[in-house]
Amino acid sequence: MRPEPLLSIRNLRTRFKTYEGMVTAVDRLSLDVHRGETLGVVGESGCGKSVTALSILRLLPSPPAEIQGEILFEGTNILDLTPDRIRQIRGNAISIIFQEPLTSLNPVLTIGEQISEAIRLHQGVTRQEAWKRAVEMLELVQIPSPDARAHEYPHQLSGGMRQRAMIAMALSCRPQLLLADEPTTALDVTIQAQIIDLMVRLKEEFRTSIVLITHNLGLIAGMARRVVVMYLGKMVEEAPVKDLFREPLHPYTQGLLESIPWIGQKLKTGKRLLREIPGIVPNPLEMPEGCRFHPRCPRVMEVCRKEEPPLKELNGGRKVLCWLWN
Amino acid sequence: MLSCSRLVAPKIDWNMLRYVIKRLISTLPVLIGISFLLFFMLRMLPGDPAQVLAGQMATPEEVQNIRHQLGLDRPIFTQYALFLGRLVRFDLGRSARTQNPVIEEVWARLPNTILLAVAAIILACLFGIPAGILSAVRPYTWIDYLVTSMALFGISMPVFWLGLMLVVLFSVILQWLPAGGTGTWKHVILPSITLAAFVVAFIARMTRASMMEALAQDYTTTARSKGLKESVVVVKHALKNALIPIITVVGLQFGLLLGGAVLTETVFAWPGLGRLIVDSILARDYPVIQGAILIFGLLYILVNLMVDLVYAFVDPRIRYD
Repeated sequence: MRPEPLLSIRNLRTRFKTYEGMVTAVDRLSLDVHRGETLGVVGESGCGKSVTALSILRLLPSPPAEIQGEILFEGTNILDLTPDRIRQIRGNAISIIFQEPLTSLNPVLTIGEQISEAIRLHQGVTRQEAWKRAVEMLELVQIPSPDARAHEYPHQLSGGMRQRAMIAMALSCRPQLLLADEPTTALDVTIQAQIIDLMVRLKEEFRTSIVLITHNLGLIAGMARRVVVMYLGKMVEEAPVKDLFREPLHPYTQGLLESIPWIGQKLKTGKRLLREIPGIVPNPLEMPEGCRFHPRCPRVMEVCRKEEPPLKELNGGRKVLCWLWN
Repeated sequence: MLSCSRLVAPKIDWNMLRYVIKRLISTLPVLIGISFLLFFMLRMLPGDPAQVLAGQMATPEEVQNIRHQLGLDRPIFTQYALFLGRLVRFDLGRSARTQNPVIEEVWARLPNTILLAVAAIILACLFGIPAGILSAVRPYTWIDYLVTSMALFGISMPVFWLGLMLVVLFSVILQWLPAGGTGTWKHVILPSITLAAFVVAFIARMTRASMMEALAQDYTTTARSKGLKESVVVVKHALKNALIPIITVVGLQFGLLLGGAVLTETVFAWPGLGRLIVDSILARDYPVIQGAILIFGLLYILVNLMVDLVYAFVDPRIRYD
């Protein structure tokens, strides 16, 4: 029996009220994040990855958002907490990093102020002490001359520096869980590698669990131990990262993996090097009946068009949402 | 460079100072432009100032005399050159009606106008900005509808009508406040409310739009994700970002208020610049019109400069170099 997970999401359903009707962004999602582990969440744009992260911290404005289900953090359901209690968790026990560091940092406040205000809030220290710790955090994320940088504004920093500052901010109160929503997508490839190294190092140092949300399978391979694959708000597959790359079970995961190039990949005659998944992500207002992936699935069967498959648990901690395995 | 920077006192922002001086120098051509337009547009007005001054019963000789005294019988470009020449020496001429120096006429009215403008703009900010924030924080609720419909009301309401209604209510029926004139703080209340009505509505709408935009930005979500209270998120994180357009509107409106609120000043018999200009136009008192409008132009330019300088304090991305 494994110990109790740090975060346990049960039947999470996040919907948005729009003028055209209810849009279900996340549909009955269940997953666990254990202490010290990095869980990867992959999927195309619009599959509900980011909404899941925002739901965990209850950062979605309601209305239009409606969140149902359970989000158990250390056994407490976050969705039942009062606004005051959820604020004590935000930025303290659970923090979040966003994709675009330029727009995510406040342009009119100094970096030092933006980091130290969370420290002041959650650790109840004086202004000077909080500033000192903010500078230490900047040093920890390897920003050169952190003393001077703390007094600068986001526009005076480069993209990679800004993301480092975001990481410093997110980790400043030593959170147990870090939600990283596409943390490297907006950065140059060389900077991406640096940021990943930094996150791996700090994760060890701070013993923080990470939910790494990305569409970048390479990033998942490098950082995560387990992966959850999402499609149209649903988890379609969950597996240890090695198993997923070696033997993807869901046709969607197979399609994802075939669409990325591998070093050393041989070009076989008559076979295309890279394959795309045919079709586009359907309009969320007109979800397909049965399995949501069936209009794009190369191995679609009659049952897929009519009935939604149940989540099948297989050996080795694998789960798959597909009729092929039932 | 190095030896230079050592001489510089650390607190002074030399870039800013250089910018201010540059801007002040650049007001000169603008003022000359204003004087040119003003001078020739005034002369295009129908009506003969000498005739107006002399009165209906005057003989042609008397009219001709006055015309000569005022220099109106000279070629128009000579008149303009003389006018500019005097302007350089800060001599705005004398009023054709009262024979007092124009500068004194304007000077006597200016404090009243500034008092009214400042009172109105403070009133407008005090109500407009919080109202706009409130409706942005609770969009599409009753409070938002209340604010937006009040704002529509304020923008659409004719100033003279509002002024008269206030007089009817507070001066005639309740007899709490004087109906017009100056002297005590009580005299300021009704005209400044009348003036502020439009401005408050304008500021509230701008604040609402600007705040809605700021509240939808990623940095607002970041601020919430840190666990900050909603009031801190709104005021510290969103409002500071939303201020630039609000400051612009406040500055422009203040500049306009300084130009004198003709209708309000008329309704409340308020001796300000606006009424001076109107009275002078009716009397074809060219020197006073010219002088008053030039002063107004100068004030307007200065207010705009101040607004530009305030930007830099609010938004660190704005630099003057």
